[in-house]
Amino acid sequence: MEKRVVFRSAWLPYALVAPQIAITLIFFFWPAAQAVWYSFQLQDAFGLKTQFVGLQNFVTLFKDPHYLNSFRVTAVFSVLVAVLGLAIALLLAVMADRVVRGAMGYKTLLIWPYAVAPAVAGVLYAFLFAPSIGIVTYALRGWFGINWNWLLDGDQAMLLVVIAAVWNHISYNFVFFLAGLQSIPRSLIEAAAIDGAGPMRRFWTVVFPLLSPTTFFLLVINVVYAFFGTFGLIDATTQGGPGQDTNILVYKVYHDGVKAADLGGSSAQSVILMFIVIALTVVQFRFVERRVQY
Amino acid sequence: MKVRQSIAAVALAAFFASSAHAQTEVQWWHSMGGALGEALNGLADKFNAEQKDYKIVTSYKGQYPESMTAAIAAFRAGQAPHMLQVFEVGTATMMAAKGAIKPVYQLMKEAGEPFDPKAYLPTVTGYYSDAKGNMLSLPFNSSTALFYIDRNKFKAAGLKPVPPKTWKELVAAAEKLKAAGQDCIYTTGWPSWVHIENFSAWHNVPIGTKQNGMAGLDTQYTFNSPLHVRHVSMLADMAKRGLFTYAGRTNQADSRFAAGECAMATISAGALGNIIKTGKTDWEISVLPYHDDVKGAPQNGIIGGASLWVMSGRKPEEYKGVAKFMSFLSRPEIQMEWHTKTGYVPITLAAYEMTRKSGFYDKNPGRDMAVRQLTNKAPTANSRGLRFGNFVQGRTVIEEELEAAIAGRKTAKAALDDAVKRGNEILRQFEAANK
Repeated sequence: MEKRVVFRSAWLPYALVAPQIAITLIFFFWPAAQAVWYSFQLQDAFGLKTQFVGLQNFVTLFKDPHYLNSFRVTAVFSVLVAVLGLAIALLLAVMADRVVRGAMGYKTLLIWPYAVAPAVAGVLYAFLFAPSIGIVTYALRGWFGINWNWLLDGDQAMLLVVIAAVWNHISYNFVFFLAGLQSIPRSLIEAAAIDGAGPMRRFWTVVFPLLSPTTFFLLVINVVYAFFGTFGLIDATTQGGPGQDTNILVYKVYHDGVKAADLGGSSAQSVILMFIVIALTVVQFRFVERRVQY
Repeated sequence: MKVRQSIAAVALAAFFASSAHAQTEVQWWHSMGGALGEALNGLADKFNAEQKDYKIVTSYKGQYPESMTAAIAAFRAGQAPHMLQVFEVGTATMMAAKGAIKPVYQLMKEAGEPFDPKAYLPTVTGYYSDAKGNMLSLPFNSSTALFYIDRNKFKAAGLKPVPPKTWKELVAAAEKLKAAGQDCIYTTGWPSWVHIENFSAWHNVPIGTKQNGMAGLDTQYTFNSPLHVRHVSMLADMAKRGLFTYAGRTNQADSRFAAGECAMATISAGALGNIIKTGKTDWEISVLPYHDDVKGAPQNGIIGGASLWVMSGRKPEEYKGVAKFMSFLSRPEIQMEWHTKTGYVPITLAAYEMTRKSGFYDKNPGRDMAVRQLTNKAPTANSRGLRFGNFVQGRTVIEEELEAAIAGRKTAKAALDDAVKRGNEILRQFEAANK
């Protein structure tokens, strides 16, 4: 039986949702529409001369092999961040869920990193892994003989930003996984145990499927995070380098728009990014969600 | 009666107070943090103290690109400051924005302030003047790239502790240092600024056509000449042999040299303050090394740093205040104070002379190297400066390609060819947007 509240008044429900609608329109739809409008224009930095150039900005972008490469970089980065972020957070959540003594302490410590802003996380990791003075660099060179220099080695640079991004977002994932785990009825797990299922089997056949709504939700959030939430972190560490090896799409939007004042090109990129996210979300909801058991 | 009197007194006081406050405020947005910011505020305070009509109000708006973006946004909203400090890379963008700026030469003329462009260092003036020689912005903090060595490390490697003059000598010294077990031997800050921009001027070769972009927006990059290719291959080869440590795209090399990690560095003249403060090196400064088989080298260095731009759309009496402040800034004693406090070069010849006569350079050897490098010879079309549209993006492209060459992923030739090709696309975009 579904419980429904019915408003008698004709206008009250609209009035109640109006603030939310207004905020969405002003802060989301209006800027998005402006981005679309700017993407068809060629403008100097101060907005003194504006020309309508149609699809020229998009043509320029897609003719640029470096822009196309940025898609590949973004894909690698997002997949790594989402997969590693989810896997590690799940592992930690399962462990923390089993802890009996001092559970609060562990949980609090694991939630802490989320309080650190991505740009600050970037600075922290840039220091830890700094090619000359970083403490991790020192250890890597001293103990393993690894020449750690992400200023020139693109793979190491990617590894660095992935580690920083994952670390920064792990707490968020952890909280949701922990809540998900705690809402799984004990009786189900106990029943499986009585039937002779070992811990691994209990996890994969009982716990994991029951967690799938959480996992799915986190997958969407993590991909969006990797796509949009990480440019501060990139700016504080690699700034897209070396070469363009960590130049993810959103960082390029930021660089071209905010730093280089190329509004048309930057807007065209953000329009493309908008479509990518719409497409990704549709795919996730249509195909991945079907396999989710609520 | 008493009440009425006191009301009258209050009204009178208020009247005088307001007339005392009828000072014209001049907004100055800048990007000088830390000790430099204090020195800048010191200048404004001094000006405010010595006259009553105008008040300079300074606001720190973040690093160079941030304050420029802030000013652009403010201009679009009709709230631009009177004065804005813009880094050298943004010069072309500001110059092209004809309706947004008020050229300094015009401002000074309208305000009736004496103003002689010849009083300033030619390389500094050249950078901020239009093709007709009119100064469009007032140079403020100008530096150049210099060559630093740590004498202790040279001595430890059995070398004579003097800075190598040529790249050949530098490589030879680097090999000796390597043999002596030195880890970081040579490093550089600002790779594009040092190894493309200053390198070209120092060897009197063009960075781009049309006098490095000064004579027109239809300029093309040309920094893939055989000399450039040779220089970048040399750097790549040095990196491969462990003689050159890449430190990053901006000023990361400053702290590595200051910390006593590296034996040699090509970094900004402005880095000296920090090196002295850290006190871990027995430093010596010299002009940049050059390739001695290049005819005419060394020519002269070009500047980095920033200049002050005046934004359009303000009242004449406010502009008068700006003009008075600019005259104040150009006074020799003010320039000397700024120069000796910060390490930036004095922008007028008179200020340089004054500093020299004061004995500052005798007490602080090497502090005049920046001026000597900038005025080494009369600037040519290749060494006056550069003016490329969207050079923020242009520099990023150059740095990306230099990284590819230094990491050995591309040959120097391929990297520079690609940088030129990609850079030219940005220039065409800028040309189209500013037609």
